[in-house]
Amino acid sequence: MTELQTYFKTIWLGISTALIGMRLTFRHLFTPAVTVQYPDVKLKLPERARNRLYVNMDDCIGCFQCDLACPVDCIAIETVKSLPTEDLGMTSTGQKKKLWVTKFDIDIAKCCYCGLCVYPCPTECIKMTDVYEFSESNRKNLIYNYVTVTPGEVVDIKARAAEFEKEAAAKKAAAAAEAAKAKAAAAAAAPPAGTPGPAAPAAAAPGTAAPAKPAAPAAGSTQSSPAAPAGTPAPAPPAPSQTPPVAGTTAPPENKA
Amino acid sequence: MEDIIKNALEAIPVLGHSLANLLGTPPGVYVVMAALPLVFILLYALVTLYMEMKVSAHIQDRLAYMYTGWHGVLQPVADILKLIQKEDTIPAAADKPLFILAPYLVFIGTYAGFAAIPFSSMYVGSDLNIGVLYIIAVSSIVVVGILMSGWASNNKWSLFGAMRSAAQLVSYEIPSALAILVAVMITGSMNLQEINHFQDGGIQNWLAFGGPLPIAKKLLLMPFTLTTFFILFVASLAEVNRTPFDLPEAESELVQGFNTEYSGMKFAIFYMAEYANMFLVSGVAATLFLGGWGSPFGSFMSGPVWGVFWFVLKGMFFVFLQVWLRWTLPRLRVDQLMYVSWKVMMPFLFVCILAVGMILSF
Amino acid sequence: MIDTLPIKTSTGRPLRKEEMVINMGPQHPSTHGVLRLEVVLDGEIVVDVIPHMGYLHRCFEKHSEHMTNYQQVIPYADRMDYLASMNNDWGYALAVERLLKIEVPPRVEYIRVIMAELQRIASHLIAVGTYGIDMGAFTPFLWCFRDRERILDLFEMTCGARLLYNYIWVGGLSHDIPPGFVDKAKAFCKYFLPNIKELNDLLTYNTIFVKRTADIGVLPADVAINYACSGPMLRGSGVSFDLRRDDPYGVYDKFEWNVEVGKGEMGTLGDCWDRYIVRVREMEQSVKIIEQALAAIPEGDVQSALPKRIRPDAGEIYVRTETPRGELGFYVISDGSATPYRVKARAPAFVNLSVMSEISRGCMIADLVAIVGSVDIVLGEVDR
Repeated sequence: MTELQTYFKTIWLGISTALIGMRLTFRHLFTPAVTVQYPDVKLKLPERARNRLYVNMDDCIGCFQCDLACPVDCIAIETVKSLPTEDLGMTSTGQKKKLWVTKFDIDIAKCCYCGLCVYPCPTECIKMTDVYEFSESNRKNLIYNYVTVTPGEVVDIKARAAEFEKEAAAKKAAAAAEAAKAKAAAAAAAPPAGTPGPAAPAAAAPGTAAPAKPAAPAAGSTQSSPAAPAGTPAPAPPAPSQTPPVAGTTAPPENKA
Repeated sequence: MEDIIKNALEAIPVLGHSLANLLGTPPGVYVVMAALPLVFILLYALVTLYMEMKVSAHIQDRLAYMYTGWHGVLQPVADILKLIQKEDTIPAAADKPLFILAPYLVFIGTYAGFAAIPFSSMYVGSDLNIGVLYIIAVSSIVVVGILMSGWASNNKWSLFGAMRSAAQLVSYEIPSALAILVAVMITGSMNLQEINHFQDGGIQNWLAFGGPLPIAKKLLLMPFTLTTFFILFVASLAEVNRTPFDLPEAESELVQGFNTEYSGMKFAIFYMAEYANMFLVSGVAATLFLGGWGSPFGSFMSGPVWGVFWFVLKGMFFVFLQVWLRWTLPRLRVDQLMYVSWKVMMPFLFVCILAVGMILSF
Repeated sequence: MIDTLPIKTSTGRPLRKEEMVINMGPQHPSTHGVLRLEVVLDGEIVVDVIPHMGYLHRCFEKHSEHMTNYQQVIPYADRMDYLASMNNDWGYALAVERLLKIEVPPRVEYIRVIMAELQRIASHLIAVGTYGIDMGAFTPFLWCFRDRERILDLFEMTCGARLLYNYIWVGGLSHDIPPGFVDKAKAFCKYFLPNIKELNDLLTYNTIFVKRTADIGVLPADVAINYACSGPMLRGSGVSFDLRRDDPYGVYDKFEWNVEVGKGEMGTLGDCWDRYIVRVREMEQSVKIIEQALAAIPEGDVQSALPKRIRPDAGEIYVRTETPRGELGFYVISDGSATPYRVKARAPAFVNLSVMSEISRGCMIADLVAIVGSVDIVLGEVDR
């Protein structure tokens, strides 16, 4: 096409395409609007909508699965083991709760709304709701605390748990001490000196010595009890026999005698 | 004490009489007649703001203002109030006197043009014999204002916008002037009121359709006058910096062009000046080619008061066209803008002038 | 000697007296994100363009090395190219699946194709709409977003999120499609095709738009190949190369569709208009694919049997997929543990952006805006 023809064609195209566009926009002046006026009209979200998190603490068993699954580490959980005497109840899915959940914080400002915490929960207690209007003016208010125990109760729980630990530790220590004592007593009762002694410690000593030395449990314990008045290994210093098994094995002939 | 009150009460009617005398005598009358377009501009700006927002919204399948008043009718008032009470920032390194003066210059350039347009057969600000020449001349003050604002903002982007705008306005003055020349040739006068009277008598007498001439000449003239009318409209789009010629305030490139650093009242003045300019050029196009305040039905619905109605209606029709085009077309680049002005409009206008001159001389 | 000023650009080139350096800054209405373009201007003519990126760097690759398992990387991969999340997820999931040497169920493949193509339409709608608004046409932008809302409604129905889905997982999907999805998707396809025609009427063939974009930013085919451009950038220059057809993954080979290339209809081959029209026509092709896939979804499971902690054998793999912006590649190195050793993403927008200084010399500022818009960058992907 010559330049002159292109010139006129461009002018014609310019005007005609502008008019086509104008006709289209004019028609759109009369189509209804597709927007909704938000605060007055709120659209209903579908049921799978992933917005603010919600945790049902009654069902939480403190397994840490959601904490591990979160890619941005916005969930912080702390648990305390419950005492055997305490009954925390069952979850709605039939599991017995064994842990006190003393801290369950979700920093909803950090949350990336990926939903990865929802899938691993064994009791389905963490869910994404359809709430999306939760803006706050203070940033600290965006750290949600979900625990249902009050801070005072948390202190109590921790104190009780600490006490229980202490008692259990003490019992264990006492048991260990007694075991050591029995061990020493069993070693002392080895010489066959038939010095009568108080029956109780004698009865007790082989009894405690027996579990201390697994080598001669049956012989030592069964035999030692009826022979308690006769053989008192505890007071007499066992010179020749160092090991209770030796004393135990030599015991029957002595006792019979 | 009672004496003072009695004296004051007696003074009011005396003051009232003197005021009426003052306003009735020539200087007072002129003040009133000069203030009327200002009142009109203020009211018209509110209406056009609302219209622009609503038209753009409905074209884009959405609703615009819905809260303030029924369907947001009071929103423009709220917008103006907001602009008035906003903080007026001046950049630290800006050229302060120029920065402050620029918006007012732009407004003066457009407002002065209102003096020559006849709103009705009984009201024209100033019945100049060289009305159209005066309008073309005075609306060039806008260029000075825009250049000042671009330079004084101390902002490279504003400078760009201002330079582009200066080039654009200056080059589109010429097609406007030539198109106006065609109308002047047919009517034989530059006085806008006379041009209006020339087209009196109904739609067939409008210059766009050839004017009140014998039917043969009319039919010969009609294609040329229609073309000229169309070109005048497009050139006036460029005069007011509206899409598709809104490169000086191209939002996507220059943030806001020469307006970037302005906020608050100065920005409001710029805005008002743009809307006033829109009506000015629409009014000129309506007066010259569409019969101004003349009724399209001849003597039915005509008269001094009806004249205002018809004039404002035609002006608003053009303003609506400008708004409609803004939301439809993309914008032209600067060199394409220049191309359209110098290489498309001017040749066509020269041909029109030649043809009109030849037809009229027979 | 040309007289120069003692001022230099950031690359060390001294400025001449009539030149000016201006920043199309990180904050600018039309740089599509936080991109800084240092432009050396001679009046209105661009002499040099130096892109500065990195304003949106969020350490995606470093984060993925510290996740506790391979699935946790998917929300991070979403956020790279946030306008085409489904395609990002699929790229990464495909890489890990190939490393594990597992096959996914056929239903998963079909749904993945549907989601990816819907996402492609949504991403191209944004590209086209924002391109219009850069050119000054405000209306097509809102019409494109109105159509995109429908696609986002479909996604929300399926996985609960509208922009960052975390839907395509290693080995399958997170949810099965809900009842009613197929009908709604079919209704969308029917609704959408006339809207492309409206867009063409208003924007594509409008003379002013054509004049603004034709013969601008011409990218010759050999330059495009040398700079490793991909996607609509490459196809706009006439090179018919589409990973969905030439390096197939998923079930793309089961559908009938065309690869759209630019033909230089309105100007030179490889100009901005060609890239733009490739995107518009790709939307039509995507609708075709979606309709075929919707008619043929097989029944079945949507998750393969995978252990909770995925441990691929030690090794490395590079897998590439076709996203709306081009070739997205994931290079995954595994050391046999449950955490990836290295995940590198080859972002198409980053590579496509590098060609910009080459194609924008000698144009004007207004053209620069047109060129940046036609590259269709998303800064999340450029900076990762």
